[in-house]
Amino acid sequence: MNEGVAGLLWLVPALPLFGALLLGLAGRRLNDLWCAVIACGSVGLSAALVCLFGSAYFVDSVPQLQTLWVWFDADGVTPRIALRLDGLSLIMAVVITGVGFLIHLYSSGYMAGEEGYARYFAWLNLFVGAMLVLVLADDLLLLFLGWEGVGLCSYLLIGFWYRDAANGAAARKAMIMTMAGDLPLVIGLLLLFSHFGVTAIPALMEQATATWTDSTTLPITLALLLLAGAVGKSAQLPLQTWLPDAMAGPTPVSALIHAATMVTAGVYLIARLHPLFVLAPGVLSLIAWLGAAGLLLAAVSALVQTDIKRVLAYSTISQLGFMFMALGVGAWTAAMFHLFVHAFFKALLFLAAGVASLSLGHERDLRRMGGLRTRQAWAFWGFLAGSASLAALPYVSAGFFSKDLILAEVWQRGRGALWFAGWLGALLTAAYITRAFVIGFLGKACTRITRETDGRMHLPLAVLIVPTLAAGVFELPIGAGGARLFSDLVAPVLPAAADAGHGGWGAMLAVLAPLLGIGMTWYLLRVRPAWSAAWRTSATAGRLSAWWFHGWGFDALYERVLRRPYARLAARLSGDPLDRPFTGLGHGSYRLWHLLSSSQNGQLRRYAAAVAAGTAVLLAMVLP
Amino acid sequence: MTLAVMLIVLLLGGVVAWWSEHGDKRWPRWVALLTVLLSLLFGLTLWASDGAWRSELRLPWIPRFGISLHLGADGLSVPLILLALVLGATAIAIAWPIRERPGFFQFNLLWSLAGMVGVFCALDLFLFFVFWEVMLVPMYFLIALWGHEHRQRAGTKFFVFTQASGLLLLTAIVALAFVAGDVRGQLSFAYRDLTGTPLGPAAPWLAAGFLAAFLVKLPAVPLHTWLPDAHTQAPTAGSVLLAGVLLKTGAYGLLRFVLPLFPETTLAWAPWFMGLGALGIVYGAVLAFGQSDVKRLVAYTSVSHMGFVLLAVFAWNTVAWQGAVLQMLAHGLATGALFVIAGALQERVHSRELDAMGGLIAKVPRLAAFGMFFAVAAFGLPGLGTFIGEFLSLLGAFRANPVITAVAALGMVLSAVYATALIQRAFHGAPGPHVVRDLGRRETGVLALMAIGLLWLGLAPQPVFDLAAGPLQTLAGAGG
Amino acid sequence: MTATPVLLTLAAALLVVGIAGVLARRNLMFMLISVEVLFNAAALAFIAAGAHWAQPDGQIMFLLIISVSGAEAAVALALMLRIERHFGTLDIDAARTLRD
Repeated sequence: MNEGVAGLLWLVPALPLFGALLLGLAGRRLNDLWCAVIACGSVGLSAALVCLFGSAYFVDSVPQLQTLWVWFDADGVTPRIALRLDGLSLIMAVVITGVGFLIHLYSSGYMAGEEGYARYFAWLNLFVGAMLVLVLADDLLLLFLGWEGVGLCSYLLIGFWYRDAANGAAARKAMIMTMAGDLPLVIGLLLLFSHFGVTAIPALMEQATATWTDSTTLPITLALLLLAGAVGKSAQLPLQTWLPDAMAGPTPVSALIHAATMVTAGVYLIARLHPLFVLAPGVLSLIAWLGAAGLLLAAVSALVQTDIKRVLAYSTISQLGFMFMALGVGAWTAAMFHLFVHAFFKALLFLAAGVASLSLGHERDLRRMGGLRTRQAWAFWGFLAGSASLAALPYVSAGFFSKDLILAEVWQRGRGALWFAGWLGALLTAAYITRAFVIGFLGKACTRITRETDGRMHLPLAVLIVPTLAAGVFELPIGAGGARLFSDLVAPVLPAAADAGHGGWGAMLAVLAPLLGIGMTWYLLRVRPAWSAAWRTSATAGRLSAWWFHGWGFDALYERVLRRPYARLAARLSGDPLDRPFTGLGHGSYRLWHLLSSSQNGQLRRYAAAVAAGTAVLLAMVLP
Repeated sequence: MTLAVMLIVLLLGGVVAWWSEHGDKRWPRWVALLTVLLSLLFGLTLWASDGAWRSELRLPWIPRFGISLHLGADGLSVPLILLALVLGATAIAIAWPIRERPGFFQFNLLWSLAGMVGVFCALDLFLFFVFWEVMLVPMYFLIALWGHEHRQRAGTKFFVFTQASGLLLLTAIVALAFVAGDVRGQLSFAYRDLTGTPLGPAAPWLAAGFLAAFLVKLPAVPLHTWLPDAHTQAPTAGSVLLAGVLLKTGAYGLLRFVLPLFPETTLAWAPWFMGLGALGIVYGAVLAFGQSDVKRLVAYTSVSHMGFVLLAVFAWNTVAWQGAVLQMLAHGLATGALFVIAGALQERVHSRELDAMGGLIAKVPRLAAFGMFFAVAAFGLPGLGTFIGEFLSLLGAFRANPVITAVAALGMVLSAVYATALIQRAFHGAPGPHVVRDLGRRETGVLALMAIGLLWLGLAPQPVFDLAAGPLQTLAGAGG
Repeated sequence: MTATPVLLTLAAALLVVGIAGVLARRNLMFMLISVEVLFNAAALAFIAAGAHWAQPDGQIMFLLIISVSGAEAAVALALMLRIERHFGTLDIDAARTLRD
């Protein structure tokens, strides 16, 4: 690649960051149009640059490394501000800038007329910049900078509508729960850096694989610590409960941050640092099972949600569980491919849901939406395409190929129980999204359309439908052409995916899962609605669905064992009990003063009596 | 020479500022500002100059007792001197509208500042103690005369704590001089004579005396309780200096005196004090969350952040010490700025209670933006100086004691809890009824400079590390 | 020789009378008189002791006591006048300006 162009890598994250700076400093003096132009323009330019780099990488597969400056050098700890563009970070950068640009464009329409338009775009730009730093970082400490940066932006954007205290609570919950995961992550970084004395990712991986042996205490501890960070960021068990609440933010934010990009950072982290995890097979197995558990629990919760965004939020947890499952069996490429495809279809689902609910006056309750096929065709078809991909409709959707790849990899590694969990998850996924679509978009119209949406919001939907349905062509199973574009791209970084698919009846079952899910749901909701109504009214179902509705009671548990005790502790300590000895000392001297001062009472005759008595006592002592 | 000139400029400037009050009430602030800027200029020449000891000066004072006027600044002193002067200028700018006895106010401010600069460059222990007192007494007046509603009580508490611990310091200094004098056969208070002198069984006792003074100042839990009262009740300028500079004299004292004078003792005690540091981090963070008074909240964050410094100082390796130095600078800027913001809030809302605030982002967007920036700095967002300080402190401490460090790292989560609580209660939420005006040009400028400073420390802190590397390496050599 | 115990007994009696007067009377005038009685008790004891040991020291002390009590009386009377003017009374219990 051209040397001069290669030197421009820094512009990829710098452009959105610069946009954020500009909007942050001068945003209030700019009108809405200019804000949108700066925001979309900076991300768009960044996307164009990524395309340029991507096409070059496609041709020669030479990773780009650009060291901007040495961050600092404190006695041998020398992290660098250095960017690396290889297959893995390229994929992430494409998603971030591509989907990011579309969502910026969408936001310019969605947020029109909102108070704080410039503030919104400043933070959204800051997010894109930080996310790009995260994925492009060549240095683990720089990666952590991006990691915390996106967390901050997520916090700010969830709480964007700050007047409602509930939004602020949701934002704080997201921040604190991901920070709870970051605490072990930081300890892991400390362990890693103090052990090896370097911070660059390639050097760390090299030294770790060279000096550590499988399944010893150190790699296992480290993998567990890093995993905790990934679990927090990617909303996996047991730190998943912040994500449904994060839906308090504007819908484009949910689409970008809480579906397409930030929440996948955990998956990216594990993929990027996979040599470390390979050294701890036990932890890998844990990852797989955490993923499977998250996949199933969240899918069941999604089945009973009534808020369309919460359905999608649980769906995101569930799909991230899929990715974790793939990571856990060592199918790195499959996990990344699902991440890639998921970014498109989940963004599409969110954006379509956003269009629908915006035009219905911010109505998010599925039961009050309905009848949108003719009234809001953009949202309808967009959501339909996204649902098809999420449900993994065989062969016509990208989601099918990515999900099938994961199941095939699990199958090939002979993890029967895990495969079954994945299969069940696929079935449930199809079921809940069919339910959401049937209730929310078909049927009778319940709410009047109060606001027309415009091209700025429709165009991103139209563009996103293409990869949602067709991104599968990058990685096709043997039976369907066997293209390996995606694996080839990430091959220098990640070990290639297995060549053979399921083979035999495994493949048949995998195809069957989504069809079964869709069919059953359709049957229950459209053909035999009485059955589902009868089920819903039974007491057991009520209790069960309430339990699932509240995410299996994790929130209540954390509320009881963590948040409330901490608040109580802080309230009890707020007077600073350690001050008591000192105030006690003060009170003591005051009391002593009081005691002694009572002898100095100005009563001359008492003084005289005291003198006389004192003299008598002294004499009695002196005289033999 | 530069150091002596700097000190004389500050002391004389204080007198002139007091005297100029008789001319016009507006003169003292100009005199004070010019004085500090002039000293800052000298400070910058110190930075630019070379050599391990920049600008050393030694004049006899009381030769009979081996006491001399010995000033010298190395790479450890220079950043702190610059911090003191920058925050001094900030404090003057923030106290610009002060009307009540402005001359005496600026006199106290400048003399306290001179004391701080002197503390950072005294190389004679007796002289050090003199500056220590010069720094504290005017600070007492700042709190007790220009403070808020409970200023007398807070001022007295501050005074008693610092004087009681100062007495221990003085006793320890004199005893140290005598003990070392017995060994060396000649009485001397000179820093270089005393370091490296074997002290025998007296060392732990002497170390305890020094530690008492510095741990009170730092402050280390459980000796911190003067701080919330003093910081809350002091006028904004006083809080900025207290949190920004005064606390650092404790940390500086540890690095400059306690570690080199008593290496064996401190190495033996290190785990205990690291534990104390971790305790301070967690305890301060929990208490910050429990406060409803915005200044008190910020004060407890100081306790938490200085815990990192204590942890790092006793980790006994250069990475941690570099972290401690950077943490001192970054904390000075971040917490100083938070006190400026707290003061601005109090001035506008006429209350320090967070419950009286809320939704301010709608009314004072600029103030809210700065408030959120510095709140985020308080929890150590990577990219800001506080992160580098905390991270290197933890990294160095991890090498010394992983378990204590893991506990200390908990502070990062707990700080997110209180920082987001602060943002939520002050800036987010439904806007209240009060009509308030946004930051003026003066306040905006000051805060913007501090924000840029934090970004600089967070993204390219190398100049600071280069400065401090030499002295810290020497120190590491002293520990063996 | 035999006079000494009698004189000392008298001195002791005077002392008791004086102390009782100081403690029991509230009028400053009477307290002053009681103090003078106390002085005389001491002076008498000195005289008796001087006579007993045939030494001049007792008489020297007597002279000293007389002059001291004279000076004391002058100061005390002046104070009494001030107190009388200030408080309008000579009741010593009323003349309290110390506060808790």
